[in-house]
Amino acid sequence: MDLSYSKEEVAFRQEVRDFFKTAVPAETRKKLQEGRHLSKEDMVTWQRILNKKGWAVPHWPKEWGGTGWDAVKLYIFNEELQLAPAPQPLAFGVNMLGPVLFNVANEEQKKYYLPRIANLDDWWCQGFSEPGAGSDLASLKTKAERKGDVYVVNGQKTWTTLAQHADWIFCLVRTDPNAKNRQSGISFLLVDMKSRGITVRPIITIDGGHEVNEVFFDNVEVPVANLVGEENKGWDYGKFLLGNERTGIARIGASKERLRRIRQLAAQVQSGGKPIIEDQRFLEKLTAVEIELKALEMNQMRVVAGEKHREKGKPDPASSILKIKGSELQQATTELMMDVIGPFAAPANTGESDGSNELDDWTTMIAPGYFNYRKVSIYGGSNEIQRNIIAKAVLGL
Amino acid sequence: MDFDLSEEQRLLKDSVEGLLNDGYDFEQRKKNIAAKKGWSDDAWKKFAEQGLLGLPFAEADGGFGAGAIETMIVMEAMGKALVVEPYLATVVIGGGFLRHGGSDAQRQAHIPSIIDGSKTLAFAQLEKNSRYDLGDVATAAKKKGSGYVISGEKFVVANGETADTFVVTARTKGGQRDRAGVGVFLVPADAKGVRAKGYPTQDGLRAANVTFEQVEVGADAALGDPENGLPLVERVVDEARIALCSEAVGAMDESLKTTIEYLKTRQQFGQNIGKFQALQHRGSDMFVALEQARGITMYGTMAVSYDNAEERATAIAATKVQVGRSLKYIGQQSIQLHGGVGMTMEYKIGHYFKRLTMIESTFGDADYHLRRIAAQGGLFKN
Ligand SMILES: Cc1cc2nc3c(=O)[nH]c(=O)nc-3n(C[C@H](O)[C@H](O)[C@H](O)COP(=O)(O)OP(=O)(O)OC[C@H]3O[C@@H](n4cnc5c(N)ncnc54)[C@H](O)[C@@H]3O)c2cc1C
Repeated sequence: MDLSYSKEEVAFRQEVRDFFKTAVPAETRKKLQEGRHLSKEDMVTWQRILNKKGWAVPHWPKEWGGTGWDAVKLYIFNEELQLAPAPQPLAFGVNMLGPVLFNVANEEQKKYYLPRIANLDDWWCQGFSEPGAGSDLASLKTKAERKGDVYVVNGQKTWTTLAQHADWIFCLVRTDPNAKNRQSGISFLLVDMKSRGITVRPIITIDGGHEVNEVFFDNVEVPVANLVGEENKGWDYGKFLLGNERTGIARIGASKERLRRIRQLAAQVQSGGKPIIEDQRFLEKLTAVEIELKALEMNQMRVVAGEKHREKGKPDPASSILKIKGSELQQATTELMMDVIGPFAAPANTGESDGSNELDDWTTMIAPGYFNYRKVSIYGGSNEIQRNIIAKAVLGL
Repeated sequence: MDFDLSEEQRLLKDSVEGLLNDGYDFEQRKKNIAAKKGWSDDAWKKFAEQGLLGLPFAEADGGFGAGAIETMIVMEAMGKALVVEPYLATVVIGGGFLRHGGSDAQRQAHIPSIIDGSKTLAFAQLEKNSRYDLGDVATAAKKKGSGYVISGEKFVVANGETADTFVVTARTKGGQRDRAGVGVFLVPADAKGVRAKGYPTQDGLRAANVTFEQVEVGADAALGDPENGLPLVERVVDEARIALCSEAVGAMDESLKTTIEYLKTRQQFGQNIGKFQALQHRGSDMFVALEQARGITMYGTMAVSYDNAEERATAIAATKVQVGRSLKYIGQQSIQLHGGVGMTMEYKIGHYFKRLTMIESTFGDADYHLRRIAAQGGLFKN
């Protein structure tokens, strides 16, 4: 056991850090630091910078653009990315769909879609959840009926993140309503968002943001060639995809970066004639979060380092710890932000700052950030579902 | 970075766990506690035979030159078995003082008899009003000729009745809470003026209140610099804290395992109670708490070898905070999930709870260490 980074790993971290220092567009970095939403253009620009560097999809196989880094290096890369801060590449393509494609898609599909994901030529969204199928995803009803060369899709997806930007949506659809169990009648389908019969309606979340949508399918014709893998095997692919979603979800680097901002802000905001950062009670709360984050970081590294012992593609059930604690700590950092800003959390963003108050611009994002982050314990398999997973897979209950 | 144990570490783990699995079940532990000393000479001899008592000492001193990770492995195994023998007091703390502060002569005089199991040590540090402040020392060491005269009273000294030698903190100069002026002295238990009054502790171990009344020792009794010994004390106590955290991880691990076993066998309402989701989630939260403690204990273990004393102290304080939080949750919930059975002296789960509870208040509890880190600006201040 050797718990320190090797010389090579330290040098690698520096290389990555140096690259991010100059490569992230200043405006994008500022938006991230202030908790603002990135535009589609910000995301695309950034992804192409990464792609040009050869770092767009580091965890993919080399033939599809991967870097061949081991788990520790991937972890370092990701942490530095979050610390920079730089935009997290759109997960739907690079983390979720990509691995499904290079594992089960046919050559033609791989050749067409994978490079386009790496370059963010296609913006993908995830069409799994439905109004009646949340945690119990297998109860999904959106159906795809085969008619000649096409599937005809009818139904509704919901909570579809950034569907308003999307060129494509990957969906779980029911292809065999008479299957012996709910899981075995589901297929994994790629659908062009420009197809006739698709309607996207925004859902505004409590923070006022437009991040999620409802997507309606009304007799949408999808070429049979867009089926991934085998018909009625989509549940397996979907589960594999969700397992991959979970490992990146702790976002420890992002929480660290937020803690750094909290410290900055707490050094500016006064209470009782001194900065909040000197308040013992506040410092203790801050420290408590930092300690838990440190412990989680060690666990993240353990999961990462343990990957070499695991069967390929089988996520560590202990990664549920990362989801539960990682989300709780992300939420805790947004709460600390609220503690710091105090009564000035109240003014809402009117979107028309006249520049007269330099704080106004971004302090208005603090409360929405807190509101918005309640989501992290809900999506990606809610924290209650994660506890079910631990109880079954780890404790054997 | 590599979280896998080396071949040698794996062997060590297997051998300690093997030893304790075979010869240290809950019934045996009761017998050891009932022995005259409150612990078993026989078990101690076996630890010596397996080389556990010589692990951290330099090869030149007759030891194995093992590091913090090896101590972590041993302490975790001892936590699982709730070992009552004075390993922490003798090898980790007493040995730590000798390793980090002992002169050649002092090491030669004491280390061989620690390694062969013939002698044990005790750390006489806590005072009536010192609580967790290591620099709060009223016990006096007055210069007399080239030696010292030690006077004062120490409390809850683990292994205090049975130790052959005390490591005593005593003030050579300055006010009661000054950082400077703390000395560390080796005092034979049979020196004139030493009186130990022993008693059982809540967790089945034993301790003593020890009075030092005009105890005369030579100049060679001082470990390190008698006028500036606090950094040495802090270093050794940091190592003790990490050892305790490892012990706690072992005890939590076993406590959780025992509890999950119970959930799988205890029936109510016609089914195993482990089928109730409320209890499943409790179990999952206990698992998360355990792994958080395990993760940070690795961090703290790594910090033992930091050159920078402040960084080391901060990392280890952070470890004690997290472990303190985790052990409270796991300890309490282990009892809760056992229902009435958990309340009985006869059943083992309560004994894990009690040991964990005592670990929390040894060398600083979670609140104390949290305050320490906060007072210097937090964990991530740089
Ligand atoms: C901001 C946001 C973005 C999202 N983006 C996407 C996306 O892009 N694509 C997509 O497909 N989906 C997306 N989702 C959907 C997300 O995956 C679901 O919200 C999630 O699976 C939970 O489903 P639900 O909302 O229907 O809640 P429900 O499943 O109805 O859960 C309600 C409550 O019951 C609990 N619960 C449910 N079942 C159990 C159980 N068996 N045991 C104990 N407790 C239980 C839950 O934990 C929760 O607390 C997004 C969600 C949010 C909030």
